[in-house]
Amino acid sequence: MKRREFIEKTAASTALLSLGLSLSSFESNDIKHLTVLHTNDVHSHIDPFPADDPRNANKGGVSRRAALIETIRKENPNVLLLDAGDIFQGTPYFNYYGGELEFKLMSMMKYDASTIGNHDFDNGLDGLYAQMPHATFEFINSNYDFKNTVMNGLVKPYKIFNKNGIKVGVFGLGIELNGLVDKKMYKETVYNDPVEIAQDMTQKLKKEEKCDLIVCLSHLGYNYKNDESKICDLKLAELTQDIDLIIGGHTHTFLDKPTIVKNKAGENVLVNQVGCYGINLGRIDFYFDKNKAHTNQGKSIIV
Amino acid sequence: MVKLKKYNGFLKLFVIFLTLFFIFSCSQKNYNLTKIEGKQLPVTEKANETPEIENFIKPYRDHINKDLDSILAYCPETLDKSTGKWQTTIGSLMADVCLQRGNLVFKTREKKDIDLCLLNHGGIRAILPKGNVTTRTAYEIMPFENSLIVLALSGNQILEIASYIIKEKKPQPLAGMTFTISKENTAKNILIQGKPVDVSKTYYVVTNDYLANGGDNMNFFLKASAKFDLNYKIRNVLIDYFKEVDTIPVKNDVRITVE
Repeated sequence: MKRREFIEKTAASTALLSLGLSLSSFESNDIKHLTVLHTNDVHSHIDPFPADDPRNANKGGVSRRAALIETIRKENPNVLLLDAGDIFQGTPYFNYYGGELEFKLMSMMKYDASTIGNHDFDNGLDGLYAQMPHATFEFINSNYDFKNTVMNGLVKPYKIFNKNGIKVGVFGLGIELNGLVDKKMYKETVYNDPVEIAQDMTQKLKKEEKCDLIVCLSHLGYNYKNDESKICDLKLAELTQDIDLIIGGHTHTFLDKPTIVKNKAGENVLVNQVGCYGINLGRIDFYFDKNKAHTNQGKSIIV
Repeated sequence: MVKLKKYNGFLKLFVIFLTLFFIFSCSQKNYNLTKIEGKQLPVTEKANETPEIENFIKPYRDHINKDLDSILAYCPETLDKSTGKWQTTIGSLMADVCLQRGNLVFKTREKKDIDLCLLNHGGIRAILPKGNVTTRTAYEIMPFENSLIVLALSGNQILEIASYIIKEKKPQPLAGMTFTISKENTAKNILIQGKPVDVSKTYYVVTNDYLANGGDNMNFFLKASAKFDLNYKIRNVLIDYFKEVDTIPVKNDVRITVE
């Protein structure tokens, strides 16, 4: 009786041991694949553009975007779905429902997070606050201080997503509100310097939290040709380090392909933006390797 | 037998130790980013619909369409901003309506009357077509979220308004003010509410928040001595007006005369 118990336990332990060993040895050669999908400046464009639209005929539409995302999820379930702000304003859906439908649909598509754009203040802080129960995804912004507003505690400065063992640190940057948004809309929201905040965030996410990948969700704008002094995504990429990807918005910039910028440490940063109105979905695939042989190899970027 | 039991306990601990050791040693190693691929996927009619999403949107869409397409008034002829050198039928209508409906709010709050209204020609985004007028018409004419602002201007700034209109050569929507463009291309006979402009007087001018902040180079608005936000969106001004009237009047009166 007791002897049988002993044999069973020993066998079980051996099995567990070998499983542990084989798992760890398998892991060290494993290639992990993370797909980041992103939108920006969708501006309440829930329906596709009509067939007679002079510029964007038959483009966009949430229902089609959802199908596209679903296809990609079937191909690789390891997806991080993000939005770079200005979810609100642009069609009667917003005027009638104040953003309720936008948030509910993004929740149905399983968005992981969004940052906050200037138009997301269009119904004031109270208007944004009222829609928060409809969002199951995170709101991430690091340089707006909402401490003295109703939004206090509802917006995270950063969030670490664990995607199949890959630690992805996401932080968010918003544009200067003064002069762009009516003060009565943003009230006591304090705007802090995006570059300084980005440095704090990368310090935290890379050095302390040891994230494998750092993504910045930005609503600063791609670049400003007529205003050299204004902070933008291209400048942010140059002035910082440890950011792997900047997903931008605000300027409704259509790019042929993601832009590669050298950061402060001479490393490549990807800056992307996909226009506006849900016409496009951005897709960036990241491949990670644990194999030590690759440790000193540089990463290849195909765009 | 007793010894065996003890041995079992040790084995358990040993297994736990090993398991923890392997988990720990795994988490020590970071992943190396080796390859990045970036592309843009267009969302077009080639993509399938998602029935679940489509069914979810439908009641919202139906409600909006029903509301937007409900008939509010009738327009006997198409009002267009492209016909008229110094004034247009749609511009004069919009300026009159903003003056009249803005004054309802201003009078209640400030116990004063608005003297004139100036908007911008570029701010009219669509025609008012002949036939049934709906809420959708108001959204098309005024898709932006601009609202009414009343500014206190001196008589001198009223003169600047006239000069601005002459310089810009556009039929800017104007109400409560008339003037004549002389042969020398200057403003004369400037009348406010039918009375000659008085440079020492304060006038209350209603406009939109974009222009009140100096948009379209209407810099005279930046010199206002007082500013009153009516919290009244121009689109809602139009909708309220359409609900109030049965047939839209065609404003053909001459507000700016050319000598």
